[in-house]
Amino acid sequence: MEQHPLAEMLRIEGGRVLATLIRFTGNIDLAEEAVHDAVVIALERWERDGIPDNPAAWITTVARRRALDHLRRESKRTLKESVAGPLLDERPMVEVDTDSAIGDDRLRLLFTCCHPALGIEARIALALRTLCRLTTPEIARAFLVSDTTMGQRISRAKSKIANAHIPYRMPEDHELPERLDAVLATIYLVFTAGHHAAVGSLDSRVDLADEGIRLARLMAELMPDEPECVGLVALLLATNARRGGRVDVDGELILMADQNRSLWDCGAISEATALVETSLTKRRPGPYQIQAAIATLHGLAPNYAATDWPQIAELYRLLEHRVPTPVVRVNRAVAEAEVHGAAVGLAMLDELLRADVDADVTRWHLYWATRADFLRRLNRNDESIEAYDAALKCNPNESDRRFLLRRLTELRP
Amino acid sequence: MPRYAALIYGTEEAGGPPEVWADIMAQYNAFGEAAGAAGVMAGGEALQPTATATTVHVKGGAKGGDIVTTDGPFAETKEVLGGFYLLDCGNLDDAIKWAAQIPGAWLGRVEVRPVIDFSQG
Repeated sequence: MEQHPLAEMLRIEGGRVLATLIRFTGNIDLAEEAVHDAVVIALERWERDGIPDNPAAWITTVARRRALDHLRRESKRTLKESVAGPLLDERPMVEVDTDSAIGDDRLRLLFTCCHPALGIEARIALALRTLCRLTTPEIARAFLVSDTTMGQRISRAKSKIANAHIPYRMPEDHELPERLDAVLATIYLVFTAGHHAAVGSLDSRVDLADEGIRLARLMAELMPDEPECVGLVALLLATNARRGGRVDVDGELILMADQNRSLWDCGAISEATALVETSLTKRRPGPYQIQAAIATLHGLAPNYAATDWPQIAELYRLLEHRVPTPVVRVNRAVAEAEVHGAAVGLAMLDELLRADVDADVTRWHLYWATRADFLRRLNRNDESIEAYDAALKCNPNESDRRFLLRRLTELRP
Repeated sequence: MPRYAALIYGTEEAGGPPEVWADIMAQYNAFGEAAGAAGVMAGGEALQPTATATTVHVKGGAKGGDIVTTDGPFAETKEVLGGFYLLDCGNLDDAIKWAAQIPGAWLGRVEVRPVIDFSQG
């Protein structure tokens, strides 16, 4: 469907001013409604009179008036100063709504939506709704839940923000590490939900991956001195750059070793490489910068055999030291296997299984697929078949399932 | 005179007709007046629904460890409510900061629930 260019511009401008309106009104629902009304008015007015010099200021002024009218209508009593105060502020809009003021508001909104007192699913939904301006049905579709469930999740989160008084402000310096982690983790999950769809073809939710990149870029633009923000953008760009080569015409997964690298996005890989290099000069490495460095090394390798596996393995060691999660340990095993052979990789997976008391890792199809691949390379075909079977039992998406089935057919005598 | 905390447990019904709510409030008000007149009432608050709860834990079993906040009420059957404080804080971040100073935050968990302000229509 072709979007009306003015409507698309208004969607973006509306998103930029929503955060400001939330600050004025202290109420997400009221702000959303006021911005929606202002956008409808703008569409009609601008088509007739042309686009004003400062579209964001125009929408903010109109939305602020609508919000104030609404508050006056709603309440027969005199408006509480605390609620109406900012709305009654009659300073000229141009002064209030400079780009940096709008940026500060959006940052506040990101930190509020991604507050650690909210569940991760609620954070993702709120960020997509308020900052990416996705509708509730769009978010529901992306996360495979009904509109009603998603609507309840969003309204529950909004009600918690309001009733538990989650503040609409920048975290203080001492809170920043934890709060920044919560924001970056939310953005990363938005991206991965889109980059690696849980159901259907691997590429069926790439729109969500694009929203993740948009949010990461916003965060890096608003906090340019935080190397992890820049690292996240680099990681997402370098990962996303390989999107073109991942599946064949039938939607089956193609392993990185067999991908046609001319389908990779070189522009995105060079941008990611430049970003990682800049952020690493700050000498405050973190998990996102390390993962970005790994992703750019893959992106820069002319072919699989020429990949700098020793450096990638070293980077995974650094990463595991900081975040010793099963996902990181499986990825490290893959890199170590490329350097030292499949037997070494397999031993690391055995070790992981021994340490995994909750058996979380055995529910993850890529653990079994990796194990199956090591066993196959060691000519232990019967055990490899068992591991591929176990991977299929973990409900992989359609692209991964087809790949695993083909491997099984090749192995069975 | 000994002081007792009466902790009110019940199901959380979403919505419901306003007249039912008004009737329940009237019953609570009647209890409050009766207990007040008898000199028994030392204080009390109504809490926002558990959906607004945040659980705070300080890692490492000692004061000053990393503060971990999670969405939702604390629901662990082995550990039971052992007491409560009423804290006046400007926002949830301040409430979490204070909750993390309570020994229960490292010896167990502290659940932070906003109190309903009946003066805000």
